[in-house]
Order: sequence, then structure tokens, then C-alpha cells
Amino acid sequence: MRHLLLIVLPLLVIFALLPGVYQNHLLLFNFVIFLVLAQGVNIIYGFTGYLPFGYVGFFGAGAYGFAITVMHYHASAPMAVLVAGAVGVALGLFLSPLLRLSGAYFAIANMAAALAVLHFVANPALEDITRGPYGVSLTGTFNPTLAYAAALIVLALTMGIVVFLKNSSFGLALQAVREDPVSASMAGVNVVRMRVIAWLASALVAGLAGGVYAWYVSVFFPDNVFSSDFSIFAIVFALFGGVATITGPIIGVVALYGVYNLIGFTTPQYFQLIYGLLIMVLVLFLPAGLVSLATRRGWRVP
Amino acid sequence: MSLSLTSLLHVTGLVKRFGGFHALDGLSFHAAAGEILGLVGPNGSGKTTSINVISGLYAPDGGNVTLDGVSIGGIASHKLVHLGVNRTFQIPKPFLSLTVRENIAVALAYGRAQVAPPTAEALMDEYRLTEVADRPASELNNAQQKMLDLVRALATRPRLLLLDELAAGLNPTELDWISARIKALAQTGMAIIVVEHLMGFIEQITDRVIVMNAGKEIFEGKLAVAVKVPQVIEVFLGGEHAA
Repeated sequence: MRHLLLIVLPLLVIFALLPGVYQNHLLLFNFVIFLVLAQGVNIIYGFTGYLPFGYVGFFGAGAYGFAITVMHYHASAPMAVLVAGAVGVALGLFLSPLLRLSGAYFAIANMAAALAVLHFVANPALEDITRGPYGVSLTGTFNPTLAYAAALIVLALTMGIVVFLKNSSFGLALQAVREDPVSASMAGVNVVRMRVIAWLASALVAGLAGGVYAWYVSVFFPDNVFSSDFSIFAIVFALFGGVATITGPIIGVVALYGVYNLIGFTTPQYFQLIYGLLIMVLVLFLPAGLVSLATRRGWRVP
Repeated sequence: MSLSLTSLLHVTGLVKRFGGFHALDGLSFHAAAGEILGLVGPNGSGKTTSINVISGLYAPDGGNVTLDGVSIGGIASHKLVHLGVNRTFQIPKPFLSLTVRENIAVALAYGRAQVAPPTAEALMDEYRLTEVADRPASELNNAQQKMLDLVRALATRPRLLLLDELAAGLNPTELDWISARIKALAQTGMAIIVVEHLMGFIEQITDRVIVMNAGKEIFEGKLAVAVKVPQVIEVFLGGEHAA
């Protein structure tokens, strides 16, 4: 409850007020999307230890779930966002056998699965359904203001899930599974079920984020919404701040995505160099993320 | 004591194969509530494998395991925990990044103990973990990690407790102390199976031992008697010492 009041509420209020004082709304929207995705990675990686290198698969599937619902069923945009979430969960269920793998094998298989979904969607033979490689245009539902509000709602839901995991015995049991699945089962924890629930929760938020993204941009190609940049950025932001915390991924997104855009605006020619060096330094000296600066001193970070 | 009617655990003709190797080859024994049973035998005789099968880590390839007359062979570990089976590990396996208190909290929340389990405070107090309650388990020494492993098991209030080399690496004072604790647990009606190489420790706490060799039992009875049986001497010391 304290976490909701002191972390989640201020975050939502800030992002609800910012469009009134800052003109680059697309940038603010991207911040919200990356907050959702970084927290989604936090749910599955921070609490269960599975590194989802193909996390964008859920995002892209959600975006196309939104597009197909709007194009073929003429549904309202909020309805289509819910469908996008359902598509994310359905894909998560379909891919749940991947959880039998661990470590690098899981990461690689998950990345391959995301590529497979991309090429399935972008297949010219499916032009009648997905518009294949030619991309979709959803001018009928275009409404950035409402889409931004929807993104905030998805962010609220995502933060709610993370706060729950951080404060419940359910989240504790997930971390126990991450640390040692055999011991966790000897504590009475149903290891397989716990992993699947966390996996589906992270798939749900990515699917919803994809749907909201499709709503906001309204014109996109398969390569845009299945871009591996989404997976990599979300993972880097989450790791940079520190996973298995509520605040870590928020700090990661605000700091790194902020720097990313700052460098991009002012000195684009040095951007890749500075960004690359920054990430290297952090991986070398702060592998457990920025929050480890505090936890090393024995402070508890929410 | 050996009357099978009063027994909690029955193992009959248990077989476990790893490829062509028969780690368990028709093992049979039983354990009663309130009894401390020792499982001894040379390295590779199948002691740890039998504990792994009984606690659900491996499914048996043959034979039966029953708890209170109900067949439990091949049931998933977490369900066995809910039925009242628990264990410790030869190399303790606590949740390293969680604090001691959180480690115990997981087992208290998910163990579904049929009788209300002791509180975390009481368990930490009894097993000398109170001082490190809020430290991550990774900072504990080996003996403390072993106690935490035991407390994690006790928090689920088991009826059958399997201890895999709990005493190895403890100093003599700690050994005396843990012997007393294990005996006290048995007096509450818990069936306890102890796998151990320290014969002095086995002698001190067990009512009865099963001597294993090559995946089956070759002797059942008092340790004092076992050491005089030629077959037992042979598997421990080699053929020329028997006679």
C-alpha cells in the first residue's frame, strides 16, 4: 500500500501532467511504453530468472492483435487493446513449453520464437489478414490523447503487478523458484505453475503495451513493432536500474532513455559511442544495477 | 518397533535406473512414526538416490513407496511436501538472495502444514538463526545454511523427515547439540531417516539402521550388531577383513 502511494501514484501523476508542459508527446508516450516493457521484463526476469530476449514477440503480437481487431471486426480502440492483451497471453501460453529450457537456451529460443512470429505476420501470403509486409494503417481509430491515457492505465496495471510481487508471499515464492527450484518445491511451491503465471503476466502487459502502441502510432510495419530494439532496450533499462525491485526499472528507463534522447538530440554523431561505453561501464562495475549502490550499504530498496 | 502395521513409510522393491546403471535395485525397508532410522553404506550404494526418490525428485522405475498406506511413488515434490514429507540436502540449498526470515516465510506460506507449524521466530530461536534473521542466506556459514535447510523443512511440519548428511562438517559440540534436537523431533512423532557417514553420530541417535550396498539393503537392525556381520564388514572394508 505504501509502495502504491509513494512510488506508483507520483509516477502516474507526473506522466499524466507532463503532456501539458512538454510538447514532444511522442517522446513521453515512448517513455511510458518503455516503463511498461521494462517492468514486464522485471516480472519475468527479476522474479523468475528467465531472460526474455524475444520479449518483443508479445509486443508485436499485441500490436497486430489490435490492428486485426480494428481492421476486420471494426471494434472500438479500447476493446481492441483488450484483445491485444489476450493475444499476448495466448502467445505466452503457446510458448510456455520454452520454460523447460533455462539460461542462455531459453533466451535464444525466446528470441527465435519472436522472429518466427514476425515472419509469420509479415508473410505476404497472409496479406488479407495482416497486410503482410506492407504494414497497417489504422486512421479510423487515430487518437493520440486517448491512446496516451490508455498507456497510463496499462502502466498502472503493470506497476500494480510488480508492487504485488514485491509485497506478497507469491512474489517471495517466485524469487525462491529463481534461486533454487528444487528447494522451492521442497518448500511446497508448485514450481511449474508459478513460472507459467509470471510468464503470462509479463506477456499480458507486453501485449497490452503493443495494442496501445498500435493505437497511438496507427501506421506501422511488421519490422517496427517486432524490432529487437524493444527487447534489448527493455532488458537493458531493467538491468541498469536493478531487477526484482519496484524502483529499479523506473530509474533505468528514466536515466538511460533520458540520456539516449539527450545525446540523440545534442550530439547524434557521438550517440552510439557514448551509449555503448555507458552500458559497458555499468555492466562491468554495477552488474546488479544502480539500486545495488544502496543495497550494498545494507539499505533496503523497494 | 519393526512391526509393519505401525509403520508410516513403506518402501518395497524400489528400482531406479540411470541409463544402464541400477542405482536402486529392489530396495525395501520401512520407517515408523517416532523412529530414527539410519541409512548407511559405502559411497554409491544408493542412499541419496533413495532419499531423492522418496522426496519426489526422481520418479521410481519400479517398486512401491507408500506413506500411511497411500502410494506416493512418482508424485511431484511439492505435493509430497503437502502430504508431510520433507528433507534436507547434502549440500544445503537455501534461497541465497533472500533473507533467512524470507526463506522460512516461503515454506510457512506454501507448505500447507496440516497442523499449525511453529512460527518463524520460534524456529529461528531453536536453530540459532535469530542473529542472522535479516541477512541474506548467502552470507551464512555452512553450518547455518544447514540449519536453515532444516528449518525450511520443519516449517512445513513434516511427518517424515529425510536428513541427507546433516551432520557432516559440524564440530563435536554442534554434533551433540543437533543430535539432541533430532531426538526431540522424533519424540514428537516424526519419522526421521538419517543418511550419514559419521558412525558415531549414527550410533548416538538411531534406533535402527539399514545397511545398503549396490542399491539394496543387506542388513537391518542395530548398528552394534551390523558391524559384526561379515557381509557388512565386507562392503565397508573389503573381502579380506571379513571372517
